[in-house]
Amino acid sequence: MATYNTSEFKNGLKFIMDGDPYTIVDNELVKPGKGQAFNRVKIRNLKTGRTIDKTWKSGEKVEAADVMEVDMEYLYEDGEFWHFMEPTTFEQHGAGEAAVEDVKHWLKAQETYIVTLWNGAPLTISPPNFVELQITECDPGVAGNTAQGATKPAIVETGAQIKVPLFVEEGEMVKIDTRTGEYISRVKDS
Amino acid sequence: MSWKPTSNQETRLLRAKMNRDIREFFYQRNVLEVETPALSQAGNTDPFIQSFQTPSLSLGIALDRYLHTSPEYPMKRLLAAGSGDIYQLCKVWRKEESGKNHNPEFTLLEWYRIGFSTKELMLEVSELLHFLLAPLLPSLSQNNKMISYEQLFLEKFELNPHIANQEALQKLQKLINTFIPSLNTADLDHQAMLDALLTHCIEPDFDKDGLTFVYDYPASQSALAKINKRDDNTQVAMRFEVYLGQSELGNGYQEETNYQRNCSILQNENTQRKQIGLAQVTQDKHFLEAAKRGIPESAGVAIGLDRVLMLMADVDSIQKVINFPWDVA
Repeated sequence: MATYNTSEFKNGLKFIMDGDPYTIVDNELVKPGKGQAFNRVKIRNLKTGRTIDKTWKSGEKVEAADVMEVDMEYLYEDGEFWHFMEPTTFEQHGAGEAAVEDVKHWLKAQETYIVTLWNGAPLTISPPNFVELQITECDPGVAGNTAQGATKPAIVETGAQIKVPLFVEEGEMVKIDTRTGEYISRVKDS
Repeated sequence: MSWKPTSNQETRLLRAKMNRDIREFFYQRNVLEVETPALSQAGNTDPFIQSFQTPSLSLGIALDRYLHTSPEYPMKRLLAAGSGDIYQLCKVWRKEESGKNHNPEFTLLEWYRIGFSTKELMLEVSELLHFLLAPLLPSLSQNNKMISYEQLFLEKFELNPHIANQEALQKLQKLINTFIPSLNTADLDHQAMLDALLTHCIEPDFDKDGLTFVYDYPASQSALAKINKRDDNTQVAMRFEVYLGQSELGNGYQEETNYQRNCSILQNENTQRKQIGLAQVTQDKHFLEAAKRGIPESAGVAIGLDRVLMLMADVDSIQKVINFPWDVA
């Protein structure tokens, strides 16, 4: 079992604590001139996304986590698993409900996502910051209405519900920020 | 892979000016600049400081040498040889010390003043730091805070740090569980618990616009400083630390001149190393021989210059004032 000493701590290091995988967000060594040093660390739980503070006596060890971030293409969902593929090896990975919960409304076939693998299995999925999706359902557009801030609800091809300006029509492609779920712009026909 | 320095030209200019100012400061005071070896046959026995070692040969016999963690031992040999007041600007190395305020290779300014008390040396440290910092930090207070280690703990926690009985241990454990809940107290001794509270709860309160001098440390933390037995029979180490805000800048001693005690300090530190599973460090016999011959009564201090530079450049990480820090060195 591989371990890391606190002296090896750096941002992005992945380890296991209380059975969960964590990543180091910020690491600071504090030392009172002479005497015992401590590592004051901010760590993020890779399962829950929660960030917490933790202090270790310097010299203690943590268990290394087999965690990797890999770019993968989303393929399809079969009712139980959401399937992703590594574009170079064509290796496929099925992600369960828990891994895709926060992002399933942004999953579009052939788009590339960052899949965090823990012991080889998908742990979390991160969508790109911006996706382009087709509007599948919304009220008809009101021509010429560009009133600031006026919006209407719309549903996109992946099932996500968003708010779009009044002039947007069903069938149009729009650019969306996945971090906020906000409409950014229409995508011009090419 | 980035080949570029992590510092900028402004911090390089500041460092050059700081070095020139330091040399001018000591020239004015008749303190002599000296050099001592960086790679020695003996190392620092302090169990909380780890040296880098490198394989070497001596008359065909394999012999590790240690990169110095401070130039303390050889500078005291110079004092014993009659050098008078001396200072040194040098690189030192401390293994495993890495973070926003630590680079394993860093620059130290160390100086010794013959006949000085720690009180006189604290004044000189203050004069130097004000000389270096005041032009760049207009908010720097003229008034320094001088406070004993004991007073810090009494004021913050109503706890006497020099008493290590069962009751005190329980109180310390309770304080840590309250203020640093994620720290496991199971294998922390009395001093380590004090260290945790000092670094996590007390240092953050220090004045960010003024120097704080903390003095009279627990006797167990004396290192090579003299011990003073106070009227109430409490023993304190005649040591001080200087901070600006939370940034610990330096560490000064009333130097121990007694030969027997210098021997037993190095011996005890190696014993402590054994207890916590660390390798033994070759004791500096040349230093001890000099102590036998007689180190003059003196006070000495070491200042971390990269930290001073962080304050001058107003940056929040030591990597921004070092051209090529550890990860890209």
